[in-house]
Amino acid sequence: MEKIQKSEEVTVETAKELGLLAEEFEKIKEILGRTPNFTELSIYSVMWSEHCSYKNSIKWLKTLPKEGPHMLAEAGEENAGLVDIGDGLACCFKIESHNHPSALEPYQGAATGVGGINRDIFTMGARPIAQLNSLRFGDISLDRTKWLVKGVVKGIGNYGNSFGIPVVGGEVFFDECYNTNPLVNAMSAGIMDSGKMISATSYGVGNPVFIVGSSTGKDGIHGAAFASKDISEDSMEDLPAVQVGDPFQEKLLLEASLELAETDAIIGMQDMGAAGITCSTSEMSGKEGFGMIINLDEVPTRQEGMLPFEILLSESQERMLVVVKKGREAEVEAIFDKWDLNCKQIGEVTEGGRLEYFMGGEKVADVPAESLILGGGAPVYEREYKEPAYYADNKKFKIDQIKEPTDLKAVAKFLINHPNIASKKWIIEQYDTMVGTVNMSTNKPTDAGVVNLKGLNKALAFTVDCNARYVHADPEVGCAIAVAEAARNIVCSGGEPSAITNCLNFGNPYNPEVYWQFVGAIKGMSTACRKFETPVTGGNVSFYNQSMQEGVDVPVFPTPTIGMMGIVQDKKNITSLAFQNEGDAIYMIGAAQNDINSSEYLYAYHKVKQSPVPHFNLEEEFALQTTIKSLIKEDLIESAHDCADGGLFITLFEAGMANGFGFEIDTDSDFRKDAYLFGEAQSRVVVSVSAEQQEAFVEAMTASNVPFTMLGEVKGKNMIIDGEDFGTILESKAQFDSALENYLMK
Amino acid sequence: MKFGVITFPGSNCDQDMIYVLETIMGFEVERLWHKDSSLKGADFIVLPGGFSYGDYLRSGAIASFSPIMKEVIAHAENGGYVLGICNGFQILCESKLLPGTLLHNDHQKFTCKNVYLKADNNASLINQGVGLDEVLKIPIAHAEGRFFAPDDLLSKIEHNNQVIYRYCDAEGNVTDEANPNGTLNNIAGVCNVGRNVFGMMPHPERAADLELGNIDGLRILESLVREVLV
Repeated sequence: MEKIQKSEEVTVETAKELGLLAEEFEKIKEILGRTPNFTELSIYSVMWSEHCSYKNSIKWLKTLPKEGPHMLAEAGEENAGLVDIGDGLACCFKIESHNHPSALEPYQGAATGVGGINRDIFTMGARPIAQLNSLRFGDISLDRTKWLVKGVVKGIGNYGNSFGIPVVGGEVFFDECYNTNPLVNAMSAGIMDSGKMISATSYGVGNPVFIVGSSTGKDGIHGAAFASKDISEDSMEDLPAVQVGDPFQEKLLLEASLELAETDAIIGMQDMGAAGITCSTSEMSGKEGFGMIINLDEVPTRQEGMLPFEILLSESQERMLVVVKKGREAEVEAIFDKWDLNCKQIGEVTEGGRLEYFMGGEKVADVPAESLILGGGAPVYEREYKEPAYYADNKKFKIDQIKEPTDLKAVAKFLINHPNIASKKWIIEQYDTMVGTVNMSTNKPTDAGVVNLKGLNKALAFTVDCNARYVHADPEVGCAIAVAEAARNIVCSGGEPSAITNCLNFGNPYNPEVYWQFVGAIKGMSTACRKFETPVTGGNVSFYNQSMQEGVDVPVFPTPTIGMMGIVQDKKNITSLAFQNEGDAIYMIGAAQNDINSSEYLYAYHKVKQSPVPHFNLEEEFALQTTIKSLIKEDLIESAHDCADGGLFITLFEAGMANGFGFEIDTDSDFRKDAYLFGEAQSRVVVSVSAEQQEAFVEAMTASNVPFTMLGEVKGKNMIIDGEDFGTILESKAQFDSALENYLMK
Repeated sequence: MKFGVITFPGSNCDQDMIYVLETIMGFEVERLWHKDSSLKGADFIVLPGGFSYGDYLRSGAIASFSPIMKEVIAHAENGGYVLGICNGFQILCESKLLPGTLLHNDHQKFTCKNVYLKADNNASLINQGVGLDEVLKIPIAHAEGRFFAPDDLLSKIEHNNQVIYRYCDAEGNVTDEANPNGTLNNIAGVCNVGRNVFGMMPHPERAADLELGNIDGLRILESLVREVLV
């Protein structure tokens, strides 16, 4: 064996500086049978970081349901899960976080998040067709928050708009728990011929290994390790760990990769995200037990004199590793030449499972591929967890502690203008929502984003949902609600829920109370996903979203964002959230509750921060959704909009506003009026019914055994509740549309 | 009538335009690549929207030097028809096939939404089939769409009826409130003196499919081919 380059003395101290534990350093020495050099230690430090290895989460992630009737590739097998959508097509979709980079450099952090998630999709051979994003920011009155919002939105916009895939959905939420740690979760979905998936694999001794796309620079080195620690005042020193995005290169890489997918010249392809060349070479090799010889001198670089560990760990964007069938190199090179992209052979596949990296004629690192990866030699830990004291305290809250306000119109106005409820128009209009001419929700607003499959009578529906306040109140129930709400949005739009992807944003996993939130959320997600038969196709875990505040570590709300995909089997089922005709009857399907728990009304208006999770029962929810599906199929309703943040009042306002209709409704004196209008009890949907369908509707509802209430009718231009005028739709809409901009520009 | 749609590196509305012309309207469409040195017999050239070469310099500035642009310029100088949408409009201005230039929006943000347009006159192929009282709902999606020309040039453009469409409100009033980006005189699109080269920021191809609930864009595209359709 050739001699391994020794750069400098490597000790357990060096390992700790790179974020490894002492026991992990010992394990590395055991695997190699010697002390690693600095380059090798760097390789292990990124591959065994939380970000790449899932070492503190994988035990629980494995308990999530992965199998479903439509799954073609299961979670963890490929870059993203793959769902059979019929007609010979498959959909792959995934959500990923870019929280830590966005906290330091919001523009590039968010932009490269969009780039990374799209590469995960097209590296499999799918053409991205829709994007969504889920954003969490701190107190909107802070200058830092405003800076982060503007930067993140511009970053997502500039990258996604240029790349040219429409944004079809998303959510934005403000709470002081995100003051230091914003959450930026980006989702992408793509479609392909189901037989044409490109695997992230490598085999066949002597097959050439190519790097394609952008040149490699010093950006993003140790980015994966950086994402695996808390944000602190020293974090600005990690700024070089943030990558810089180039959407133009990404667009070229997309087109070239999809042309490549049309040939059968390649064995496998993987994008370079976290941990760059290191991660792609080891993950592709580790699966099949082959190795690679890689000559780092051949890697196109942006600057002279890059060190081996810098080339290996660089997270420069818009790059892919491709293993080509020997003898087919010219075909591959011609495609990348057409698109003016780098395409350089940097090594070949070898026997024996070792990754050997050379530079300047010296072997700079030699490690077994399998020892680096999740499911191989990467460590797996069981973390302890403990119920935090706040959980029991929450349960002490009773609605009677809150005196019902005399002026409910003031509450309504407060909510319409609250940044968590007000229109996100200022943000959404900075994204191209119509490129690709597939967004069916532009001119027909729906609870989930509906994406046209041209030439078929089918469409896809996508949504991202998580009310993190509920998850904080009760992780298990709160996370089940997130899944249920996502499914409800898809069902109200006329779709059938199909599968989910998740983005699990939590604090430090070594804190047992944080880990308790994590475990609870996973349990709730499992239960709900099993009920809705929506397997988890993949996703991402982001720990360490916490920061020191006045000497105490404060984690963000546990935020397990759910990205869901559904299939609309018949386009005539697509149902708008908007009232359609004057005179239609308005019904609430699902039961009212005397419940204001964890509502925006209780939290923001009454400033009561501790209360239990809102009313939720999975069986009731399932029955509700089954009923909505059949009402839509039977064509008995004109619109459907789910009750969510802000409660029944906001639901009615949004349903009326879209087409400029007012409404007249009566509340029910069995319930407190504030709870009836602003409570956020789950499993309720507002529908409108035409006069001709009313009889059939009532008959169908009576047979369903799901509770329903006639609220009133679509009428005029005002919001009339129990005979009281809550204002005109037009004026309220003007406030709703401009509130967010007013906060941001203040 | 055969259309030719050019793909520049970074074009992202090329497939949308091809879908409308070919699948919805039923025309023959030649796919043209920016490195091509021939228009392959296409009668009507379309430069689609997108971010050619990333638009890292001025939008459209680099694409105007693409090999195919020599052919497009020659085609236009011979009276051949050319239409540029959004980034295509920017490229046509950079190539001097159209007068004026497109500046950053006055609010300095990318903006994507439905807006309203009306034909300014019926002097050109692109607006001759659209009634002067018709209000069309068409999407925009751009960061640099603020049309600008020096006063003397602007008055010539206005005087010659080279303004093809203006932004207006839902009732058809051309107002400041209806101006989405600070463009001069609410100008959404212009043509050249010869009335064979057209450019507009709004995307008619995004409002041409009944499945998306708005086909006002077809009114504009059908105007282009009215003689052929009749």
